[in-house]
Amino acid sequence: MERTGSQLIVEALKKEGVDLIFGYPGGAVIPIFDVLYDHPEVELVLNRHEQGSVHAADGYARATGKVGVCLATSGPGATNTITGLATANFDSIPIVCITGQVPRNMIGNDAFQEADTQGLTRPVSKHNYLVTRRADLGRVLKEAFYIAQTGRPGPVIVDIPKDVLNTILDDEYPEEVSLRGYNPVYKGHSRQIHKAAEALNNAQKPLFYIGGGMHLSGAQDIFRQIVDKTGIPVTSSLMGLGILEQEDPNFLGMIGMHGTVAANQAITDCDLLFSIGVRFDDRATGDLNRFATHADIIHIDIDPTTISRNVAVKIPIVGDARTVLEEVAPLLEESKAHDWIDEIKTRKKLNPLDESVPGPGLSPGHIIRQIGHVFPQGIICTEVGQNQMWTALFYPFNRTRSWLTSGGLGTMGYGFPAALGAQAGLPDKRVIDIAGDGSIQMNIQELATCVDQKLPVIIAILNNGYLGMVRQWQELFHKKRYSHTCLTAAGQDNGPWNTDAQTPPPYHPDFVMLAKAYGAEGIRVTKEEEIIPALEKAKSITDRPIVIDFLIDKEANVWPMVPPGAGLDQYITGQEA
Amino acid sequence: MRHIISLLVENKPGVVSRVSGLFSGRGYSLESITYGETMDPSLCRVTLTSTGDETAIEQILKQLHRLIDTIKVQNLTDHKAITRELAIVKVRADKGYRAEIIKMAETYKATVLDVSTDSFVMEITGSTRKIEDFIEVMSEYTILDIARSGLVALEKGSKTTKGKKS
Repeated sequence: MERTGSQLIVEALKKEGVDLIFGYPGGAVIPIFDVLYDHPEVELVLNRHEQGSVHAADGYARATGKVGVCLATSGPGATNTITGLATANFDSIPIVCITGQVPRNMIGNDAFQEADTQGLTRPVSKHNYLVTRRADLGRVLKEAFYIAQTGRPGPVIVDIPKDVLNTILDDEYPEEVSLRGYNPVYKGHSRQIHKAAEALNNAQKPLFYIGGGMHLSGAQDIFRQIVDKTGIPVTSSLMGLGILEQEDPNFLGMIGMHGTVAANQAITDCDLLFSIGVRFDDRATGDLNRFATHADIIHIDIDPTTISRNVAVKIPIVGDARTVLEEVAPLLEESKAHDWIDEIKTRKKLNPLDESVPGPGLSPGHIIRQIGHVFPQGIICTEVGQNQMWTALFYPFNRTRSWLTSGGLGTMGYGFPAALGAQAGLPDKRVIDIAGDGSIQMNIQELATCVDQKLPVIIAILNNGYLGMVRQWQELFHKKRYSHTCLTAAGQDNGPWNTDAQTPPPYHPDFVMLAKAYGAEGIRVTKEEEIIPALEKAKSITDRPIVIDFLIDKEANVWPMVPPGAGLDQYITGQEA
Repeated sequence: MRHIISLLVENKPGVVSRVSGLFSGRGYSLESITYGETMDPSLCRVTLTSTGDETAIEQILKQLHRLIDTIKVQNLTDHKAITRELAIVKVRADKGYRAEIIKMAETYKATVLDVSTDSFVMEITGSTRKIEDFIEVMSEYTILDIARSGLVALEKGSKTTKGKKS
């Protein structure tokens, strides 16, 4: 069939089952937008910044399990995608990012809006292409979708010169891919699987450690069965939250710098660490010389490069988490380590999370627990910093793909556009972005997108007037020298919030007014008894985004904490600090 | 320890920068890198040398293997592989030393490629050790310029690297 490159792209999107994409127009991609004009079955959500588009595609992918697609123009359009691509790449999120490029005869001439997109995106993507021949376009797109969602998922960039978009050719979108160098392994090695099962059955102090790979492979159900059968306790990385219910008696919470006491103690004391879909990130392990020193480590991961990179692994299994667990499950027995299991569960009871705060402001932990009461089935996004760690500790996660956060790259500004993407993909769910006053200002322009699209995303700002996590480090490790972390109006802290819900605090912007300026709803909460009514009001609004400005205690910290460079057994709690 | 890594990759634009970018981006050592087409023009062979402990090299091999365009990765040790390097050496050849330099070149089976009134340009191929010995000997005179190719290597015996990723 004769068609332009742009027509082939839209055909490819339809063939790949894509009905929603995120993007922003520009000179180099006008031909694609021109075709989209006639194809309302491929809906485009117009973000207000390309970074918003990529994060939205990312949030859409994490929440729905489908590939997220975004579209940006050449040069600045493409460079604006970098942070979003790096975020998705770190957390293994399938995205296909299509960028326009200047016409082929201008590449390399410093043409208007030219950038070496392939060179720029190479280190932050799973794979990328510059399409130099119109005849390659169909094959490249087919490969891009295949690569993005198979093996360890990740973002793939397809950079297409404008003249390729306009070139007419008689070709079809291919049905098959053939990549001789790319053969992801899903099935684990049978002997290794038997060894792992035997080790787990015989361990005196066994522990499961699960991560983001569990969500990506859809391993929740089989893992639930394994936990019920064996009774072995479970910890998770930040990215593994939601696989087990936060309240499950077997679940100890997450490990790491802000992990729970019970989880960090369990890692330190266990003799067998059965890890699945994790990558032993430094924020999770702390000092590697003190990490699980008594344990043999089993590691299941689809990506061989994550195995034995940071910790020595006794039994490596390369494969997909769900596929491998399905083979492991029948070989497992109820654990005989009753003393250990009892001890671990007691420790959990002895170390409850503490939501108290030092000053008069609202408690962020309490607010997040209330969000959990009002929205127990919410899709929860966060920005990065204290807001993220409080959410990880206090929200009652209960199912897979309900937790969207930038784990690896730690991207401030991720949560809100990701929430927008998730809400666009799952209109029947309530999506809540738990933000800090610092992070939310990094992609606040997406309020316009949400209002336009009538997306009722709830943005709960935990406003402490500070870049809170950095302030916490300054408090603990830099003698309270709060260098450039105070965001209140004068740039200096003028004591506790002294305001009621109607009066704006000494802070700019006034988030309630800002929400209204965008056409969103804005609510300020200054007292504990206002928390539930504000959340209930937000729940009742279903046609526009709602910003709730919670004035929290300015010096509330995230506890427990393992100081940077220390071992997981060297945590400090709020009482000790 | 120096490791010789031989890669079979798709002969596509950007593949070599993907390989070298992996080294710069992850802070691995990359001492030399050469590449060229194979018998199959759709494939390229990249030969590179790197140093590092076992853990680092294992990680390098895995990361190289993970690249979408990589067909095969081999860690070749010196005794299992034929390795060659090429160097072009320009030496000042004043009248009194010309015969001596040519004799020395013959000893090393180096070829004189260019002669001028006061210089020679010579080509030498061989193991890295041989090249280095030759350069050391030539530095007795005055070396004006050197161009070295980096290593190329192929496994000994009849086994080939064709076929699927292993």
